[in-house]
Amino acid sequence: MIAVVNYGIGNLDSVVRALRNCDAEATITSDPEQVERADGIVLPGVGFFSKAMDHLRESGLLDVLNHRVLDARTPVLGICLGFQMFSRFSEEGDVDGLGWIDAETKRFRFDGMDPTPKVPHLGWNDLDHVRESPLFEGIHRDACFYFAHSYYVSCNDESAVLTRTEYGHDFVSSVQHDNIFGTQFHPEKSHANGVQVIGNFVRCTRHA
Amino acid sequence: MHKVRVIPVLLLRDFGLEKSIRFTDAKYVGCPINAARVFNGHNVDELILLDIIATKEGRGPQTEVVREIADESVMPFTVGGGIRSVDGMWELLKAGADRVIINTAAIENPDLVSRGAERFGNQCMVVSIDVRQRKDGGYEVYTHAGTRATGLDPVDVAVHMEEMGAGEIFLTSIDLDGTMDGYDVVLTRRVADALTIPLIACGGAGSVQHLAEAVYDGHASAVAAGAFFLFYGRRRTVLITYPKDEDLIQHFKPEHIRPKDPETFIDIKAARL
Repeated sequence: MIAVVNYGIGNLDSVVRALRNCDAEATITSDPEQVERADGIVLPGVGFFSKAMDHLRESGLLDVLNHRVLDARTPVLGICLGFQMFSRFSEEGDVDGLGWIDAETKRFRFDGMDPTPKVPHLGWNDLDHVRESPLFEGIHRDACFYFAHSYYVSCNDESAVLTRTEYGHDFVSSVQHDNIFGTQFHPEKSHANGVQVIGNFVRCTRHA
Repeated sequence: MHKVRVIPVLLLRDFGLEKSIRFTDAKYVGCPINAARVFNGHNVDELILLDIIATKEGRGPQTEVVREIADESVMPFTVGGGIRSVDGMWELLKAGADRVIINTAAIENPDLVSRGAERFGNQCMVVSIDVRQRKDGGYEVYTHAGTRATGLDPVDVAVHMEEMGAGEIFLTSIDLDGTMDGYDVVLTRRVADALTIPLIACGGAGSVQHLAEAVYDGHASAVAAGAFFLFYGRRRTVLITYPKDEDLIQHFKPEHIRPKDPETFIDIKAARL
């Protein structure tokens, strides 16, 4: 079973639907016991960073998430905000994140650029693949994915970076650090290519 | 490289779809679920659904329709019509919308935009601004599905909405809606250039050339259209279409076009509503 963690905000159903389309059993939950039993964990995508962290803390999920991901090495996929929460700190609310990867979440700032890219970065963009990962198996190098974000993850540890994307400047659009997978884009909204990425993650939860 | 979004807009009345000309003369065009399914099959960049009678009836959009569409699609999906509260937004997001569009309520109560952005992030909040040109050439914002003049200037409203936390402006020219005569490029550019958030231009698209004009001359970040994607030929037969890469390449810079998944097969019979 894959636990889709509910932190009170965001479109959870589309993630669950995408997982089920890939033949995974998926449940929306904020129950620590269910997360403890899961073969895979998804932190989905929409909301405000500090509010989402508050919710994790209040629902008693922080300890169980840390244990499952860092000790038991359960595969976890963070999508958009969920991915940003892997970082140590975010400018969105000036709060600490989960600290699973050595990175900070920063706001896009394009002052003085001409033309100035609009923020949020909304829409489709392609990926520059830095290294191979099971997450992108079967994905064509020209494939585009759907982004909707004003903040991006700035990695101190480059070894985790899978892809970079260009919007005003380069930013990290996906990472993998052992069992920890994160995408700044929304695979659950990215047509066939997105379904393929979700299916690849589901396969990772089976081999773990 | 970032791609320009090309977005079909569906207008919902009860459980059917309509298409208007200048916000009147609405014609029934078919079933929203079928239309959304066909657009999803065309790999559209995003789909917008607007419930055009929700404000008049004092309610939010039909969540059942939203849920049914979301159940069958893997595309970005934005929904609006009659939203008056943060709880109303939450209902739609739970039903499967990715973003919400607010029009009348945002202009009457801008604080609603801030509260929505604080909870869902500003990328989730789209403010729709409907505009008519005045006889003296100036522009004026209308609310309540284009029926009430506000005396407000679209640039002032758009900038204010950005300050309140809107993540995108959806700008519609009522005068050109459904005409397929091309976008109001002057209006689009005036508003887009005043913003640091992206803008979707809507109203008047009748060709791929028009879409490109709204982007390169109007400075829109994305382009939306209704009639252009719903009607075929001079007699306006209902047939869902969406530009192919080859059509877009003639008018857009190649790096601005998202290559569609080539293996997707589109059944033309299913494309008739």
